[in-house]
Amino acid sequence: MTTSTTLVYLIALPLLGATILLLAGRRSDKWGHLLATFFSASSFAVGLYQLSLMLDRPTEERAVTQKLFTWINVGTFNVDAGLLLDQLSICFVLLITGVGTLIHIYSISYMSHDENRRRFFAYLNLFIASMLLLVLGDSYLNLYVGWEGVGLASYLLIGFWNQKPAYATASKKAFVMNRIGDMGLSFAIMIAFATLGTVSFSGVEEASHTASKAALTAIGIMLLVAATGKSAQFPLQSWLGDAMAGPTPVSALIHAATMVTAGVYLIVRSNFIFDAAPTAQLLVVIVGAITLLFGALIGTAKDDIKKALAASTMSQIGYMILGAGLGPAGYAFAIMHLLTHGFFKAGMFLGAGSVMHGMNDQVDMRRYGALRKFMPITFITFGLGYLAIIGVPPFAGFYSKDLIIETAFNAGGVKGLLLGGAALLGAALTAFYMTRVMVLTFTSKERWEENQHPHESPFLMWLPMAILAIGSVTTGFLFTRGDALVNWLNPVFGEHGEEHGEHMFEPIVVSGMALTAVAIGVAIALAKYQFSKIDSVAPQNVSIFTRIARKDLMQDSFNEAVFMRPGQALTALLVKGDESVVDGAVRGIGRTALGAGATLRKTQTGFARSYAALILIGAIALIAGIWVVTQ
Amino acid sequence: MNPYNYLYLSALLFTIGAVGVVVRRNAIVVFMCVELMLNAANLTLVTFSRINGTLDGQVMAFFTMVVAACEVVVGLAIIVAIYRSRRSASVDDASLLKR
Repeated sequence: MTTSTTLVYLIALPLLGATILLLAGRRSDKWGHLLATFFSASSFAVGLYQLSLMLDRPTEERAVTQKLFTWINVGTFNVDAGLLLDQLSICFVLLITGVGTLIHIYSISYMSHDENRRRFFAYLNLFIASMLLLVLGDSYLNLYVGWEGVGLASYLLIGFWNQKPAYATASKKAFVMNRIGDMGLSFAIMIAFATLGTVSFSGVEEASHTASKAALTAIGIMLLVAATGKSAQFPLQSWLGDAMAGPTPVSALIHAATMVTAGVYLIVRSNFIFDAAPTAQLLVVIVGAITLLFGALIGTAKDDIKKALAASTMSQIGYMILGAGLGPAGYAFAIMHLLTHGFFKAGMFLGAGSVMHGMNDQVDMRRYGALRKFMPITFITFGLGYLAIIGVPPFAGFYSKDLIIETAFNAGGVKGLLLGGAALLGAALTAFYMTRVMVLTFTSKERWEENQHPHESPFLMWLPMAILAIGSVTTGFLFTRGDALVNWLNPVFGEHGEEHGEHMFEPIVVSGMALTAVAIGVAIALAKYQFSKIDSVAPQNVSIFTRIARKDLMQDSFNEAVFMRPGQALTALLVKGDESVVDGAVRGIGRTALGAGATLRKTQTGFARSYAALILIGAIALIAGIWVVTQ
Repeated sequence: MNPYNYLYLSALLFTIGAVGVVVRRNAIVVFMCVELMLNAANLTLVTFSRINGTLDGQVMAFFTMVVAACEVVVGLAIIVAIYRSRRSASVDDASLLKR
């Protein structure tokens, strides 16, 4: 394994930026955003340099490691703080730092009126550093540090405008839901150490060949719990919609392109565990399939542009999880969809931010309309992202999503039909709700409130959007040309990488079905929105299904009824128990002493003669006693 | 003379003193009864000293006298102070401590 001494700069540079900005405080208000952007960009430059080094090496020597220091050395438990950059990590490094830098640039303009812009950039840099640690750690424990770091950064950024109580609550909700997932990851680490004796990726991979299936299944399920928390997958999905309380660049970077995909990274990174634990792998595809439909259904009913995009993110990550759960055939496609999604979804979120920027922070799509004429650049960049996400060839999403649908069918038998069918249905729903977003925002008639003056965003904002739009157009084609990405990633997946199942349908047939599904979705959306009148206030006399979808398929009601209320009842019970038993004992002792005092007090009359008489009687009794005993 | 008679006398004196302390209200009388009890005890000590032919009891008696003298000084001072403040030497009147 090749070693390197420069990997640490990837993480150190943005971390340095965050430290400087947070320590310098208001003094750095004037130049803080530029410094943060510089550090993010320089981390991207280091990433490109590492890629060039990697390309120069032969395939089997491409992965590099760097040992920073010995972290834990207790008995048989030895963990080095080490970094690992391989073909999988480098994809993430370039996505995080590349998209991250674009979003830094965008934020300079987007946040220019916010007096806390410097703090915002400090958190962004902190996020970049944590996320890089997450994907560069060479053991589950190092990954865990980054995993918690991005959770913290996400919490801080969702609640960035915490002067609004609803936003502060949203950040808390995200944090708590994430903690549940984090527990899964910590359990996975503990089980790995208890049964395999190591927590490093290479060590666990080696041990997984001989370990018991039960242990690997337990680790796999716990890793899946972790992934569902961080990636907003069923059943821990409900925080993502509320996370849209954060500033839009945050939604684009953290809640679309990078952090929420950490779960996919975790599963793909742990491929050796899931390959050896079919039960856990089956659970992964089930979670993926449920979430991709769940998110898509929520997306069809949302009028808030950011929440519609958030539901779409949930759904798209469902595709990735589905791909990752399909085993060696799907890992590379999951990562491919992750990368293309990083481009088009980040681009669309920035587009949504641009629309909000021009519309006085209005987020209700029923109050948009006809913005095509006023924001041509936003319209074009958003439109390219739209074409990519619904999967129109030759845009990026077509390649990556099509491959996942195809792989789902190839799982074979009833499982293949169910998964493939779910993925196809998801594609149709995606086409429907994204067309709805597009029509409501850009192409339908004006439904603005008065005193709205929509205008195009400044250069610093549309430049990142344009770059991401170019990525949305080209990446799918580039990744699939000659199976470039698949061949690039295969060494990471060990000897299993070359397996290919039998085809249930020919690839061209799957593409045909997917395109038909997309066409149906688009057609319904056009008929329903483009060619009919749209109310500027959401109609209330709607079917029960619409109502449920508007309430996020009752996810919050469910959580409240099943977890929150019983939890509160349990807490109330424990408080009551504490008050009656523990406090009762303490107070009882006090009351007993008080009562005894009150009773005994009555013997203290204050009359000296009665005391004297008592002393006398006592003395006589004592002497009499002694006399009786000694007689 | 039978030295045990002194013991009977001292028991009698002690009882008179004890009854006086419990029964009488006047602080001066109570005080004198306490002195009577102390001296009854002294008499007992001296008697035992005589019976046993040792000096221990007589030494103890001297200690008792010194302590009694000190006690008189403090006790009388308190009685005088109480009398000055409340124009009464009754021990039952001075029962305010518990409040």
